[in-house]
Parts: sequence; C-alpha cells; structure tokens
Amino acid sequence: MRRIGSWRRHSGRVLAYGLAILFSTWVLFPIYLIAVSSLSPREAIYQWPKALFPAALSLDTLAFFLGSHGVLGATINSIWVALITLVLSLAIGTPAGYALARFVFPGRDTFKILILTTRAFPIVILSIPLAVTFIQWGLYDTLLGVALVHTALALPITILVTNSIFVSVPRDLEEAALTLGCSPRQAFMRVALPLALPGLAAAAIFTFVLSWNEVFAATILTLRSRTLPAHVLTVLNESPLPFRFAGGFFLIAPALVFIFIIRRYLLNMWGRVVK
Amino acid sequence: MAQALLLAFQTPEGGFALGHVQQMAGDVAFKDALRNTILLILLIVPLQTTLALIMALLIQAGLRGSGLFLYIWTIPLGISDLAAGIVWLSIFTERGYLNSFLRDIGLIQRPIPILSYENPQGLFLAVAVAETWRATAIVMVILVAGLQMIPRDYVEAAEVFGPGLWQRVRYVILPLLRPSLQVALILRTILAFQVFAVVIALAGRVMPVLAGEAYFWYGSYRNPNVAAAYAVLILFISIANTVLYLRALRTREEEVAL
Repeated sequence: MRRIGSWRRHSGRVLAYGLAILFSTWVLFPIYLIAVSSLSPREAIYQWPKALFPAALSLDTLAFFLGSHGVLGATINSIWVALITLVLSLAIGTPAGYALARFVFPGRDTFKILILTTRAFPIVILSIPLAVTFIQWGLYDTLLGVALVHTALALPITILVTNSIFVSVPRDLEEAALTLGCSPRQAFMRVALPLALPGLAAAAIFTFVLSWNEVFAATILTLRSRTLPAHVLTVLNESPLPFRFAGGFFLIAPALVFIFIIRRYLLNMWGRVVK
Repeated sequence: MAQALLLAFQTPEGGFALGHVQQMAGDVAFKDALRNTILLILLIVPLQTTLALIMALLIQAGLRGSGLFLYIWTIPLGISDLAAGIVWLSIFTERGYLNSFLRDIGLIQRPIPILSYENPQGLFLAVAVAETWRATAIVMVILVAGLQMIPRDYVEAAEVFGPGLWQRVRYVILPLLRPSLQVALILRTILAFQVFAVVIALAGRVMPVLAGEAYFWYGSYRNPNVAAAYAVLILFISIANTVLYLRALRTREEEVAL
C-alpha cells in the first residue's frame, strides 16, 4: 500500500516536471528562434531551409536596426514613458483598489463596471479627443503626455487587480492591528500592504508592459518623440525582414531583464505571505 | 477619461448616426471581422485559462526550480503583440522555421505558404498560436497571486481528508480562487477584443478582426466615424461580457475575506 502511494507520488512528480519543462520550451523556443534570426548575418535570413543552429553569428542585423534612423531615441523615450506610467498608476491605483475592497459604498459594483468600460474602449478612438486636449495644454508630443494616457489606460486594470488582492487579504488581521494600537494608516502600511505586495508586483509588471507595448496612443499623440513600438509599427511595412526580426528581438530583450528583476521581488514577497 | 468616452459615444450617434453604423455593417470585411474575433476569443480564452491554471498549480506544487519556471513562464508578459507577431512570423513565414522543420523530417519538399490569403485556416491558427503564446502569462500571474492568498491550512486540510487532485482543485482551490479567476477572465477577454497587431504582423488585412478594422478605417481611410462605430461595437460586446462574468463568478465577500 505504502509502496503504491510513493510510486504514485513519484510518477506525479515526474509528470509535473515533464509538464513544467514542456511549458518552458513552448515559451523559450520561439524566443530562441527570433534571437537566432536577429543575430544571423542578413543573407541567412533569406536562406532556405533554415538551420536551427546558426552557422555564423553576427551583430550586423541588430546594428543595422539600431543604426536605423530614430531607433535609439525612440528606445529612450519608451523607457521614460513606461517608468512614469508605472509610478503614477501604482500611486493612484493602490489606494483606489483598497477602497473598493474595504469600504462598501453605494454604487460600488456600478463603479467597478464603469472602470472596466473605460478600459474596454479602444485606445485608437480614445486618443483622438485626447490629442486635441493635449495640444491645448501643451502636452502634445511630450513624453509626459504619453505617460498620462498610458496611466489612464493602465489605471482601471491596476485598480481591479489591487481590489481583488485586497479582497483576499484577511480583514481580521487589519482589525487586530487596529485593536493593538495602530492607526488605520499604519494598519494599511504595516499589515495590508505587505500582504498585498506580490499581487501589487503583478500589477506593476502589467503596467510597465502595457506602456512599453502600447502603440496607438503613442503614435497619435507624438510626432517626433515616438516610443519604440510606435516607431517600429510606422516603418514596419516598408522594412525588410531583417529589420523586422531585429526589431522584434529588440522589443523583447528588455522584457527578459525586467521580468527577471520583478521575479526576485515576487519570490521575496512569497516568503512573507506563506507562513 | 469620461469626456473622451462621452465624445466617442456621441460620434456615431450625433449627426449621421446610423449612416456610419450601416456603412460598417455593410462593409465587406465586417462579418468576417466579427466572426474571426469571436471565434478567436472562444478558442483562446478557455485554452489560456486552462493552461494558466495548470501552470499556476505547478508553481504552487513546490517543484524544485519553480522560481526558474515562474520566471520563464512570465517572460511573455513583457512581449508586445507587435513583437509576438514578428516572432511567429519568423516561424510561419514561407522560408521560416516551421517549413524548414517539416522539410527536415521529410514531410514536404518545398515550402508551403502557411500565411497566405488562400489558407484562412492556417492564418487563423497561426494567430491563435501566437496569441496563446503571448498572453497566457498574464492570466497565470493573476492566478498565481490568487493561489498565494489561499491559506495553506485549507489546502492541507483537503490533503489530509484525501480527495484526489482533481477534487481538491474542483472543490477547494477553484472556489477560493474565484476573485482572481474573475479578474483574469474579464481582463483577458477585453484585451482579446482589442488585439490586432499580432494579426497585422502575421496576416496583414487578409484576416480581418474588429479592432484591426477600426484601425484601418481610422488610419488608412481617414474615416474616424466608422472607426468609432467599430469601437462602440467592441465596447458594447466587452461590457456585455464583463457583466456576464461578474454574474457568473460573483464574489461572496464572507466567503473570501476569511
């Protein structure tokens, strides 16, 4: 009996690892392929059939992409916009999500749906009235302007995600903190916030990514200070395959680093939550 | 935000209201766009939720190296739909990796055009694969964060009483995971209605989708009115969807706030 149990557990482990490795391959393999594509000499990109392992590596294709007009400036723009967006939307979104989770007020569900409808509204259309307003305010073609739109776009999601996180943070703990002499603010900062941090990190990832990847608002609201995706999309159709592949890889590369940093943060927080 | 919403709402209604909606509905690409979008969502969202749930449970199972797995699986979070489209373009394109692979194992001699207008199923599947690859991670992260919040005692209690894995998931984990599932589903579906850069990178305009049509009407035809009509349509479908999810997965506070 015991042996059967341990055998079952063992085979379960093997199955779990198998699945995990399968999923990892599914995620990583296409990235490997685009990396190889963009690190191959330009002739190799048109070659048939394609080799899985490149015969020669070269930075030509990538240098060709980076040296293309406007790419470098667009990259710097993108990073700034994403960082401003991240800070703004977490600073506004966290208290809002907390309020939604903790306090029952009339029209709360309506408010939730209202938040979502704004997000459901296509970015393309949203950007037109905003472009007009931004010209009036002098925010047109500025990074702050794009970041503000991105914040507006990310905020509903940030609020919803933080809301669902705070709903799951036991209220009793906060109440305990209150009876032990914490002010409501302290109870939030010392009890609810640390418990909610893993989820907030998830919200942060999402916000950064949304801004880094967003194309339309950025395209419509800027002329010269294009973000990277906006720049790539505008020139994509006239570009040769090597430019597209290098551009695709270059859009992906920072994500690897960024997710890596957040991963550590996520894992640190886990230790605290799982007690 | 409210002003922008109001403005956009009024666009198709004020003045030539029905004209633009009729123009949209009468357009050659409209029916295809609507069908493609809905089919894509029906295929992708359940698939992604299932995959994400399995992934989240695997992370939670405490495998050795689960941190590494989590890192790898969250990588697509940082990948834009544009970039994902380009990645899969390198695979599905005529001289791409898939054709090379099929030749190497001897199935084909010459490259077959997967991304051709003569091959709508191929296009659809390519887009579905690229979308699944890209956007499963966001669902998974929300579910992992949700799983973290489930008190360990509950899961341990369930383990002690000894139901099988399936029953544990079905009767203990899923109900406790409801708030996270709700957010993940709403978010994923709404975003799926708006995705099109993948489609454009892979299929151009051969495979119309709702958001893509809105983009073309705005960008190429310089007709923001019809674009707005598409936008309002997407908006209404998304609202209907959200209400449906909220109803179906209503969060009971006393159940969750333990």
